[in-house]
Amino acid sequence: MDAPLIIVVVVTALAFDFTNGFHDTANAMATSIATGAFRPRTAVAIAACLNVTGAFLSVEVANTISGGLVDETLINPVVIFAGLVGAILWNLVTWFLGLPSSSSHALFGGLIGATWVAGGADAINFNTVLNKIVLPAALAPVIAALIAVTATYLAFRVTARADAGTAERGFKAAQRVSASMVALAHGTNDAQKTMGVITLALITAGMLAPGSPPPSWVVLAAGLAIGLGTYMGGWRIIRTLGSRVSDIHTVQGFTAETTSTAVILASTHLGLPLSTTQVCTGSIFGAGAGRRLASVHWGVAGRIVLAWTFTLPAAAVVGAAASWLAATGTAGVVVVAVTGIALASGIYVASRRTAVTADNVNDRPLPAAVDANV
Amino acid sequence: MHIDWGTLAEIAVVASAATVTVVLLVSFALLALSAPAGRRAAGRTGGGTSGLPPAAGTAVAVLCLLAAGLIVCYGLFLIIS
Repeated sequence: MDAPLIIVVVVTALAFDFTNGFHDTANAMATSIATGAFRPRTAVAIAACLNVTGAFLSVEVANTISGGLVDETLINPVVIFAGLVGAILWNLVTWFLGLPSSSSHALFGGLIGATWVAGGADAINFNTVLNKIVLPAALAPVIAALIAVTATYLAFRVTARADAGTAERGFKAAQRVSASMVALAHGTNDAQKTMGVITLALITAGMLAPGSPPPSWVVLAAGLAIGLGTYMGGWRIIRTLGSRVSDIHTVQGFTAETTSTAVILASTHLGLPLSTTQVCTGSIFGAGAGRRLASVHWGVAGRIVLAWTFTLPAAAVVGAAASWLAATGTAGVVVVAVTGIALASGIYVASRRTAVTADNVNDRPLPAAVDANV
Repeated sequence: MHIDWGTLAEIAVVASAATVTVVLLVSFALLALSAPAGRRAAGRTGGGTSGLPPAAGTAVAVLCLLAAGLIVCYGLFLIIS
């Protein structure tokens, strides 16, 4: 296996890790920024530090990058590269649209498409896809939303007679803790994915012995890439989850983040990991509905669900096309890389026309029509 | 097709219990802490918004926050381990 291809795979994996970082900042910090528990720049800096810390804390790197979704014997550096390209492009498209979507599902989708081209439909384990992706994707946000609705309702009821200032200050402090927990849990989960991808690429290239743990430079690079991505902010998605789902109050931010932490930790330790993005999104909608059902912009929920529906197939189609081209040889890999960079640059340039930054992330252009009537 | 409903139900129950417990503990702590402020605002000498004397309110709040802190520490342990 030639070294240049491995270098391309490593760089692409770190680019994916970077997009994973800024795509998922909103999970931990969107509501904290919206409620003012953290200033925007402080929020992303804390999330970045905790993501990097999380990357070093966890020693549990996945042995399989696809989790049994595809025939792993067919996975080689070209397939990994193509899958990563599909995942990166889907992450960028959804970021541009300000829609939270699972980076893991995008990676799985890219790998499924790339492997399908490499080994045919038989190489895909559709049963596992249904059980590990489709079903949890449908249930995770519902479970999180139901818990958040209950917790938010109870918190409002209990503190209805409390001093408003004390409650506001207390929930704000509590929200800082719960948001930090989500960021740390995210770092321990998601940075491992990229470490696994790079390690597997090195193993398939014969540069590492099978079963080797990730070299320390891989841990360092993956941790820094996701941390840097997190620090970039992903402000478009933060705006959607923080300001456009509902008018989030401090108590709702706290209950949403507490629910997210509990569901993520419970699911990880009970052996059925759920998507952090889908859990956090469900929690925020639940917390919004816990105050008043009508205060939630359900149209935003519809757009997010649509994005989730397309995550796997869209990343798979791009991954398949990239795999088909890249398998033709060095020229194919170069064409895929150049096309990918061009498309990513185009999305970035288009995003600058309506830039969302730390300064305007809390702007609320959507009229809170229902709230106004009350 | 095998759907692991048992694990899903377990996740829902464990996560619900942990979330509701932490949220209620923090909420009751804030209600208890509101006692002195509520009394000051009302200009009364009896119980405040929580109906507790100041010392008792502070004690309840400390206990609630300690319990919530223990659960958070256990969560941290789960993340790190």
